[in-house]
Amino acid sequence: MAENLLEIKNLKIGATVYPPGEKPHDITIAQEISLTLKKGQVMGLIGESGAGKSTIGLSAMSYGRGGVQLTGGEVIVNGRDILQIGAQGLRELRGREVTYVSQSAAASFNPAMRLMEQVIETTLLHGLSTKKQAEERAVELFAALGLPDPENIGNRYPHQVSGGQLQRAMTAMALCPKPDLIVFDEPTTALDVTTQIDVLAAIKKAIRDTGVAALYITHDLAVVAQVSDEILVLRHGRMVEHGTTEHIINSPKEEYTQQLVSAHSIQHEEKKPTEKPILSVENISASYGGAIKVLSNVSVDIYPGQTLAVVGESGSGKSTLARVITGLLPPSEGRITFEGEELSPALPERSIEDLRQLQMIYQMADVAMNPRQTVGTIIGRPLELYFGMRGAEKRKRVIELLDEIEMGEKFIDRYPAELSGGQKQRVCIARSLAAKPKLIICDEVTSALDPLVADGILKLLLDLQKVEDVAYLFITHDLATVKSISDSIAVMYQGELVRYGQKSEVLAPPFDDYTDLLLSSVPEMKLGWLEEVIAHRKMESAGN
Amino acid sequence: MGHPILNLVAQRIALGCLLLLMASVLIFIGTQILPGDIAQSILGQSATPEAVANLRKDLGLNDPAYVRYFTWLSGVLQGDLGVALSNGKPIAQAVGQRLSNTLFLAGWAALISVPLAVLLGLLAVQYKNRWPDKLISGVTLTTISLPEFFLGYLLIFFISVQLRWFPSVAIINDSMSLGQKLNTIALPVAVLVLVVLAQMMRMTRAAILNVMQSAYIETAELKGITPFQVIRKHAFPNAIAPIINVIMLNLAYLVVGVVIVEVVFAYPGMGQYLVDHVSKRDVPVVQACALIFASVYISLNIVADIVSIVANPRLRHPK
Repeated sequence: MAENLLEIKNLKIGATVYPPGEKPHDITIAQEISLTLKKGQVMGLIGESGAGKSTIGLSAMSYGRGGVQLTGGEVIVNGRDILQIGAQGLRELRGREVTYVSQSAAASFNPAMRLMEQVIETTLLHGLSTKKQAEERAVELFAALGLPDPENIGNRYPHQVSGGQLQRAMTAMALCPKPDLIVFDEPTTALDVTTQIDVLAAIKKAIRDTGVAALYITHDLAVVAQVSDEILVLRHGRMVEHGTTEHIINSPKEEYTQQLVSAHSIQHEEKKPTEKPILSVENISASYGGAIKVLSNVSVDIYPGQTLAVVGESGSGKSTLARVITGLLPPSEGRITFEGEELSPALPERSIEDLRQLQMIYQMADVAMNPRQTVGTIIGRPLELYFGMRGAEKRKRVIELLDEIEMGEKFIDRYPAELSGGQKQRVCIARSLAAKPKLIICDEVTSALDPLVADGILKLLLDLQKVEDVAYLFITHDLATVKSISDSIAVMYQGELVRYGQKSEVLAPPFDDYTDLLLSSVPEMKLGWLEEVIAHRKMESAGN
Repeated sequence: MGHPILNLVAQRIALGCLLLLMASVLIFIGTQILPGDIAQSILGQSATPEAVANLRKDLGLNDPAYVRYFTWLSGVLQGDLGVALSNGKPIAQAVGQRLSNTLFLAGWAALISVPLAVLLGLLAVQYKNRWPDKLISGVTLTTISLPEFFLGYLLIFFISVQLRWFPSVAIINDSMSLGQKLNTIALPVAVLVLVVLAQMMRMTRAAILNVMQSAYIETAELKGITPFQVIRKHAFPNAIAPIINVIMLNLAYLVVGVVIVEVVFAYPGMGQYLVDHVSKRDVPVVQACALIFASVYISLNIVADIVSIVANPRLRHPK
């Protein structure tokens, strides 16, 4: 009997692009999109970046971000086509019938206004209730979403609460005017994994309790499996597969969906430590400006040709450890030895040979390359610097390296802007390999990439390790990655090492409370996982 | 430790005082290295060497420079700006009248230009890249591109000589009513407004457009708020610091930079007073005027800093 709340019929979305040096032209972002959503139903929109999922989600509010235009089809909300109702009609729709929760609540709250004022703004604007009623409802919602001190938290400014709390407050803001539909756009993606799980549970409870319908946009299939009734898989602006959550997770039909479900499938046999570590970090402590201690008494060893994964949430000190090892931040205490010899604590005092042996790959491949240099120049630079290669000899080696990263000679004259995210990261890998280092520090190298692309990069890194016998220090917040590629693991929390050892030991019970929290927070592609985990936890995340 | 804002504000004020002290040193040094001898120029070319030597002694010019500096500074701190060499009268009195005239002129120019600039900036944002925006930008940029004396003569020629709406000479005195005064200063005010308008309007436009890129503006749009309310409620409060900064710079310019406009319209303000006494080589008057200009400039900038600090919710409401 349930009537359709939202009906999208054959939607086409386009935009005008202005590429430098070319004439502006129109492109199609998404096409042939049709879906229906009944009252109280939750649909997950899933796909990698560029799949058009946010764009389609926002079409339910007839909103085009930037120059995006809804060029064809119909979007019917509560029986009327909202593409045809004009600016005034849209203002009545937005914030009353359909509301929005964005990825970054921290950026989506006006920094100059108190939370309460913003949460009830829509309700007052549309004249849905008195100010007093709206405030009472907001306090109820704050409590329902598990915010601390619900009576008074509304008096705070956005910068006075944490990221996880803001995401909850934004959900309260979306729920406050009692909408029929909420568009959730990656609401937990920017949060730490241990915080994500609590926010996810709060959102799920709020959806169930209020009976609101939702479009839940994410790139993480495991997350969407916990909250949605149905899942729509998107790729390159087209629908790939649509079905109930159970169907998509357990028996996907399309090949692309199957790949998504089986991402993180890399297996890696753990290697035993050899006699002598290649790099030893001994009792390192470090601070920024001498005031706040960010690392205290950390000791780890890395063995030749093996991978040490350093894992922890933001603020755990894992990137600081990398800065100390590279010499960018001299430690306040402790020492670092490389192949048995002590390394100078500060970068300027290290020899060029020390620098060559220790290379680094960064999270943002985009900004780690000079946009005005070709791939050939970027990879050739360390060859010149460390080995004095020139001309044909250098070119030959660059081509070899391009072959090693499975890209090939045809990319040698391309600029970074002409490469995809995964290709850029491959070029960064080739650049670090060009120095023939003994150790590469990989700082969140797959965090900015889509799951399938990230898998490809991890496979490549493992293959290269076999061929080149290079050791990796792999910094990440993603435990699935850790499980698939590491030989030993260091778990960090608030600047301290809480657990360290071979992968098989670290991942075997009994766990300390923090490691247990971290491990149990990784979303699993399994129905009912969320409830199970929440029921069995020993400690709460600090990020709440 | 009080509220962090109080500390910051106290810090700014202390810094301002230090800056003013340094400015006084610079002013003093500047007037000392001017060529020529004050005693000589007072007495004229025909004076006997004995008379010049006597006057030098009377004026204290034989003391070392630092002694003269501290004598001058301690006088200034007690409100004594010294005596004008040209007529022997206390400077404080003459300057007081002139300064209030200048503030009257600059004040009216500010009263008109600031709201007008912010309003035009808001309009330009609302009609971004459409004709009202382009018209506003075009006109204000044209007026700022013309030298102010040229603008002054243009207005005198068209409005005063051709149309005979307002007088071309802006001499005011105490016996005039407010209406008469305003009528008299209409043209210099108009010139000043045209000169300072563009910068403030462009900064308002740029600061608000910058804020309009923020995610919270999208949130506001998706709440169904009207475009004007989005700008007023969500964009403007977050753009206020840069706008206030450029407004204060322009207010300082209004007070300090009116010299040329005052001369063009023969307005009896600080600017003309300064220019007169520079040509008479009346060093104490020049020093006093320069010091007053410096303190106006520095205090307006302190106000701008304090407003920026107070407008920042992160500083106003610390964690």
